[in-house]
Amino acid sequence: MPAPLIEMRGITKSFGAVKANEAVDLSVAPGEILGLLGENGAGKTTLMNVLFGAYAPDAGEILIQGKPVRITSSADALAAGIGMVHQHFHLAPRLTVLENLLIGIPGKTGRIDRAGGLARLAEIGRQHGLALDPDLPVSALSVGEQQRLEIVKALFRGARLLILDEPTAVLAPSEVDGLFSALRSMAAQGLGIIFISHKLNEVRALTHRCTVLRHGRVAGRVDDPANTTSSAMAQLMCGHEIVPPARGPSAPGVAVLTLEGISTSHHSGTALRDISLVVRAGEILGIAGVSGNGQRALAEVISGVRAPDAGRMTIAGQKVSRFSPREVQALGLGRIPEDRMTTGLVTNLPLADSMVLPRIGTAAFSSKGLLKPDAIRAFAEEQIKAYDIRCPGPMTRAGALSGGNLQKALLARELAFDPKVLVVSQPTRGLDIGAARFIHEKFLDMRTKGCGIVVIGEDLEELLVLCDRIAVMYEGRIVGTLDSADATIARLGLMMTGAEGHS
Amino acid sequence: MSAVFEQIFQVGFLAAIIRIATPLAFATLGEMFSERAGVLNLGIEGIMLLSAMTGFTAASLSGSLWLGVLAAVLTGMLMGALHALFTVVLGLSQHVCGIGVTLFSSGLAYFLYRLIFGQQSVPPNIKGFQTLPIPILSDIPVLGPAVFNQFALVYMAILAIPVAAFVLYRTPWGLSVRMVGENPRAADSAGVSVIATRFQAVILGGALMGLAGAFLSMAQFNAFTFGVVSGRGWVAIALVVFGRWDPWRSAGAALLFAFVDALQLRMQASGLGHIPYEAFLMLPFIFTIVAMAVMSRNAVAPSALLKPFRREER
Amino acid sequence: MFRLEVRSSTPTWFNFALPLLAIGATLILCSGLIALAGAGVLEAYGVMFTASLGDSYAITETMVRATPMIFTGLAVAVAFRAKFWNIGAEGQLLAGAVASCFVGAIPMPGPLAMVLMAVAGAAAGAAVALVPATLRVKFKVDDVVSSLLLNSVIYYALMALIEGPWKDSFSGYPISPPIEDSANFPVLLEGTRLHLGVVAALIAAPLIWFLIVRTTLGFRIRVTGENPEAARYGGIHVERVLISTALLSGALAGLAGVSEVGGVHFQVMSDISPGYGYSGIVVAMLARLNPLGVVPAAIFLAAVMTGAEAMSRATGVPAFLSDVIQGTALLAMLVALLFTAYRIRRVGVAR
Repeated sequence: MPAPLIEMRGITKSFGAVKANEAVDLSVAPGEILGLLGENGAGKTTLMNVLFGAYAPDAGEILIQGKPVRITSSADALAAGIGMVHQHFHLAPRLTVLENLLIGIPGKTGRIDRAGGLARLAEIGRQHGLALDPDLPVSALSVGEQQRLEIVKALFRGARLLILDEPTAVLAPSEVDGLFSALRSMAAQGLGIIFISHKLNEVRALTHRCTVLRHGRVAGRVDDPANTTSSAMAQLMCGHEIVPPARGPSAPGVAVLTLEGISTSHHSGTALRDISLVVRAGEILGIAGVSGNGQRALAEVISGVRAPDAGRMTIAGQKVSRFSPREVQALGLGRIPEDRMTTGLVTNLPLADSMVLPRIGTAAFSSKGLLKPDAIRAFAEEQIKAYDIRCPGPMTRAGALSGGNLQKALLARELAFDPKVLVVSQPTRGLDIGAARFIHEKFLDMRTKGCGIVVIGEDLEELLVLCDRIAVMYEGRIVGTLDSADATIARLGLMMTGAEGHS
Repeated sequence: MSAVFEQIFQVGFLAAIIRIATPLAFATLGEMFSERAGVLNLGIEGIMLLSAMTGFTAASLSGSLWLGVLAAVLTGMLMGALHALFTVVLGLSQHVCGIGVTLFSSGLAYFLYRLIFGQQSVPPNIKGFQTLPIPILSDIPVLGPAVFNQFALVYMAILAIPVAAFVLYRTPWGLSVRMVGENPRAADSAGVSVIATRFQAVILGGALMGLAGAFLSMAQFNAFTFGVVSGRGWVAIALVVFGRWDPWRSAGAALLFAFVDALQLRMQASGLGHIPYEAFLMLPFIFTIVAMAVMSRNAVAPSALLKPFRREER
Repeated sequence: MFRLEVRSSTPTWFNFALPLLAIGATLILCSGLIALAGAGVLEAYGVMFTASLGDSYAITETMVRATPMIFTGLAVAVAFRAKFWNIGAEGQLLAGAVASCFVGAIPMPGPLAMVLMAVAGAAAGAAVALVPATLRVKFKVDDVVSSLLLNSVIYYALMALIEGPWKDSFSGYPISPPIEDSANFPVLLEGTRLHLGVVAALIAAPLIWFLIVRTTLGFRIRVTGENPEAARYGGIHVERVLISTALLSGALAGLAGVSEVGGVHFQVMSDISPGYGYSGIVVAMLARLNPLGVVPAAIFLAAVMTGAEAMSRATGVPAFLSDVIQGTALLAMLVALLFTAYRIRRVGVAR
């Protein structure tokens, strides 16, 4: 095996009381694709941010070709030949491809070196099959093309080590193949690649070696991923065999949420085209799809934030007429948004305020325009206890809580009023296993109690475990709905590219 | 009607538009650089006032107008640095800091002016910049005397527009400015220092605001009065929106505003009917508000405007 | 190495400590200017203090001065809570002054006149504030800029009035005719200028506090200000909240004008407000946007203003020092506020 291109030794990094990384060792050789595996919250992203200079480690060292280096900024990392493709792209949508590429590159006689940039871009495109139109604004690129731009950006800067953080999360299964062949071509030319993922099949297909993190520590290494079973690797990741939560047989009752021919215009995001859905009491319906295919618009329509241009919606048998959040809430809809921090909570105000926000006008928390501070406080305290939300108290700033505890708080606020329908987006994104497990069990609980649940998500494995039926969205349409007994990842993946699927 | 029309298209009227537009163009370009980097600078009104004061003072004490201009520019840069320290380094509210900088700079301008010149019944004045006809060009009919028989600072303002466009769109630094204003994280991960770039842009903006102040007290009024800026800074902020954060369009917006302002001055002078002159004075402000209402819907501000950037955040 | 660390909550004593810290820092910073003017720092500050708070008459004068700033401070505090950036309190004050002067000049029984003056002034202020709020809600116009520009428009409108129809035809001065004597606010303490408006301001502060902290409207204002998206998803009609906030804020600023007309000047002139609208921003920030804190903060600024004039007479330091103090205090307070969100921690350096 060749000498390591890069080596991290004994990296430790904590955030407050949380140890995100503890004594982590990792190395990558030239031409090697290393899988960095771990559950959400295992410390993969933190470790890579340390390598890329975004976080300063509390202890440990980084060696490049055997020589210790100090990386305190992304500029240092780039100079050391490290490039990173973040999960959320670091691109300016309104600038062009070339401008995004040339940012931070010194110019020629004080001017942006356009000719030089074009030449390099074409060269890299030829080498790895990563072609891009230089003068298009980034906003005009598809998600896959934006990712390609991020990779080209790293290569453009002469990266010898490329880090990709969950690169397949945003791609359709067919796009994944293209990405993998480009990565293999780069590795063949001597680049080192760190591929971060928690999808075992991808790691087994692509990587040469794996390092598995758990709770911030190295839980184990796999030298031959292709010939290691998924369950062995999963056990390394979780520390125990994963037992999916038991989902009893469904006993669907009356329809609690119906959508008939819902369409929206596309002035922001993907437009919805003629969506019809039925969710019954006591069942969980999954909405699968590659991100950006109208899931957000669908969630917005159902939660009453956006009125459709055409179509009809009922909640618990009653027609939704005005499409306001207040109206759908009053009809019995609960909602857990995709983005906790921006659309769910008010981070600068006490947690209690966020927990009563949707129902502040109801008799429980106010009367005649006056708040009932004691009732608000008591409610928050009760929920904090019931859901084991870890925080100093109801008056703590919501923003000070961890993601898992915030998600519990949002769940508590919606479930406290026994919704007839619950709509959740990406319910466990960014949560550790314990918190995710807790959330899943609550959903199944609600299902038993006769609540109809819609789970909008990108994680097919999660949907398969949780849902009774799964509908697949593609370009604003529902291309098909499968009973989860008939659904497989392969079949769903095919439908996510637009192929019709019939159950 | 035709008499009014004739009056409008006199050489003097065109020259007046150019003169009125000059401080606005400086100020608008200055604000534009700051905002392109993601920093709203509401300190502009006070920075212009303080620069007008220091420029006037330096010129009147030293006898050199250019030394005055230098003093005004340095003042602008210093106050820009102050605003950047609060908003970029400490990440404080850009709105409130800007108001703070304006209150502070205005207060300081009044205080120092009174300290240096005392209370005088007739405010002291200086012999300000004289027009500097450009040979040949100033002989072009109509356009020549209007555009090429102006103060040196006017030529600087005209030159500043293409220079600003070049810097913003054609240089690596300009690209960095646009990037930190759109997506600071992207700039940061490309090795560009967000803090440094924003700091530089706000200081450059301050320098241009300083020039605007210098023009007011050393070319337009040749004296410092408490009302020397009287809302031009606020107007410049609106003109940046109107000009969609682009140097050319911003300069165009300044010209358009100057046209309205010159027009209302003419209308005042021509004593149109019994309309009180204040109605004309209001006109440019109402025009600006209406223009913003028309433009703002489609205007797209830099995405990271008003958003402080902190590195290690979780 | 030092690092800023996010705080999960702020102790209550911060509400008192931070403004005091900011004021202390301001006085120290501004002492440089006093020294520059060749005066003794302690002497100058001493004169400022005795002239504004040294005896009971001085205190009443300071209270009279503080009154419009309590109103504008409340106006700004309410607006900023909702992140409605109302920088237009100055114009709203002027509108309130003009409207109340108009009403006050109509002969009618005193108490009725005072009530109608307040109603008219508040309505005028609210109407002015409605403009930037509507422009923001309907046309996405930045409220800072529009409310600032509107200040100039209102100012010129006032000038047009007092140099036009309202002009004193006898003296030729640009001042409005006085309001009816019966409409003059009663003086509460013989031999002082302590008028009814002062009491109204002192009552308004706790009322507004109650509104912000204890009512659903206040809750909606706070949530909208902190996170409009979460508010919208939570069923709050954000646009309606912004409009209500603007009306409330404008009405409060308008009342500042009413109180100046009814209690101090009894007419309108061009310099009826020496920037009370802008001072309101300083007051509100010093008060940490807490309506109860607005009262002491306004008294502080009023003391600086009254004191600065006396100091100028005694020591020759320009009275504009009070403007510098205002600006510095605002900036110092902003820096001090960092301590509410963050604490400074010493951390070990990675090795």
